[in-house]
Amino acid sequence: MELTHEHEATRQSVLKWIDDKVNPHVDDWEAAGIYPAHQVMGALGALGMLGVSKPEKFGGLGLDFSYAAVVAEALGSIKSGGVAMSIGVQTDMCTPALEKHGSDALCEEFLRPAITGEYVGCIGVSEPGGGSDVASIRTTARKDGGDYVINGTKMWITNGVQADFCCLLANTGDGPVHRNKSLIVVPMKTKGVEIARKIDKIGMRASDTAQIFFDDVRVPQANRIGEENMGFIYQMEQFQIERLWGALNNAAMLQRAIDCTIAYTRERQVFGKPVLDNQYVNFALAEMQAEVEALNALNWRGVEMVVAGQDATRIATMAKLKAGRLARTVADGCLQFWGGMGYSEDSEISRIFRDVRLTSIGGGADEVMLRILTRYMGIASD
Amino acid sequence: MKVLVPVKRVIDYNVKAKVKADGSGVDLANVKMSMNPFDEIAVEEAIRLKEAGTAEEVIVVSVGVKQAQETLRTALAMGADRAILVVAADDVHNDIEPLAVAKILKAIVDEEQPKLVIAGKQAIDNDMNAAGQMLAALLGWGQATFASELTLDGDAATVTREVDGGLQTITVGLPAIVTADLRLNEPRYASLPNIMKAKKKPLDEKTAADYGVDVSPRLEVVKTTEPPVRSAGIMVESVDELVSKLKEKGVV
Repeated sequence: MELTHEHEATRQSVLKWIDDKVNPHVDDWEAAGIYPAHQVMGALGALGMLGVSKPEKFGGLGLDFSYAAVVAEALGSIKSGGVAMSIGVQTDMCTPALEKHGSDALCEEFLRPAITGEYVGCIGVSEPGGGSDVASIRTTARKDGGDYVINGTKMWITNGVQADFCCLLANTGDGPVHRNKSLIVVPMKTKGVEIARKIDKIGMRASDTAQIFFDDVRVPQANRIGEENMGFIYQMEQFQIERLWGALNNAAMLQRAIDCTIAYTRERQVFGKPVLDNQYVNFALAEMQAEVEALNALNWRGVEMVVAGQDATRIATMAKLKAGRLARTVADGCLQFWGGMGYSEDSEISRIFRDVRLTSIGGGADEVMLRILTRYMGIASD
Repeated sequence: MKVLVPVKRVIDYNVKAKVKADGSGVDLANVKMSMNPFDEIAVEEAIRLKEAGTAEEVIVVSVGVKQAQETLRTALAMGADRAILVVAADDVHNDIEPLAVAKILKAIVDEEQPKLVIAGKQAIDNDMNAAGQMLAALLGWGQATFASELTLDGDAATVTREVDGGLQTITVGLPAIVTADLRLNEPRYASLPNIMKAKKKPLDEKTAADYGVDVSPRLEVVKTTEPPVRSAGIMVESVDELVSKLKEKGVV
């Protein structure tokens, strides 16, 4: 699709903000294993970047998804994948279902402050017993009077330590596994919500990831998003946006991997000439560039479908899969050309290498993407 | 009060400039271009005057190629009210010299009657540092260059200037030209709502001929070269060796 001057201006504004206000601090945040989410979200919210495609009624811009896609790409220039991911969780992972199916009152209470950046959100789907296998989650929300009483454990929750609310998936019925779950917005300061621990990870280190216990947590039934027992369906819809966001952001990070590798190998001398001046190296980089460009094409086909109001599940699934695959080959291929520097903590490429490894796992593992695709192809084995 | 801000589209400050093969100038084909950073500071200062209620309208002007309208849209997204684009060149490599720019700006000032012109102190491409001063001369207005602080009080502007060894504070009567130095302010990032609003703000397109200004160059660029590559240094073993090497070179 053709991008307008306004798309480009949006990208430039975000890039400039990242250069001035974010990248100078990321090393400290990575070392701390957490970043000041409220401060960063507040600044980004003031620029209007958290509500790009959200309804104007709740403080969003009401623009089509192509603008959100541009922001997702621009965030790839943050030199800490964890910070970008945290923002992505806020804009395109824990709020799409709320925006689409939530009541006005619920949107007023949680979506509006998520758009201004006053609130930080998280998405509670994965559990210790199952992440990508969403149907098998065990957390329950039992009706009691006008409330739900929630019990269970959520795992791998990005923003979990700092979040103000959680868009939580829980079992609310006895029907078939795809028709017995609901999405419920849970304020994280509610009694019975306990952050069990902050999980130590190999990458995405500036982003806090939590295991969270829900012990008789009571929230009004009015906090349910949309209809009861439709949560699985809503979450599958929400996943399309999440996966596209992930693929877009990942492609931009891989572009950064290629760009920083070109810059490094141009300076780095080996056997009397720059590393880059070996055809073995520059051919490999050209090959990787072609792959990343192919991913971009797939990503933007998905974006176009979302903009056109079509179901983008098939393309978003493919984009997420290819992004995960490329994340491994491109990051690894680039790192190799950095030699010892690539294996050191200080280099840009080593952090990218660790961060993008998550793409094949988070938001549905590669193998789950393959499973979905076999169904589209009519060759599924179950 | 109207404030007029001239802005220039220049090679982005992050881009490593490359000289064209024929040495006639810097290669600008397919290179990222942005608003001159000092002009961004000037736009920011004008918008702050408007937000403070001192200025009613901020008009931005650019003289150059048609693509400079992107630069003007950026200024509108920051908060300027309307823009005037004066197309004076077809090729991005044809830089319009300061005197021609100043003459066009004078014609626009005559039409718009601003009480204040805030310009960047210089453009980062050619570092001429001349258009603002020339405009002041053509208009017969006072000028306060290299401003690091600006306060308006009735018909006068008090300007702090960064000079060698300290700060100089001067007062100029309005109308006047102020040129912005680096520390005048920190320009804002265009917010998405303002980027969308900018689309609807008026942008008038003119040509140099509309103002009867001849923009043909008066200067001839003889040669453009890359800066010399710094040659490798040597490691010395001791202070004595360092001193003797320095003596050899005749520097001590």
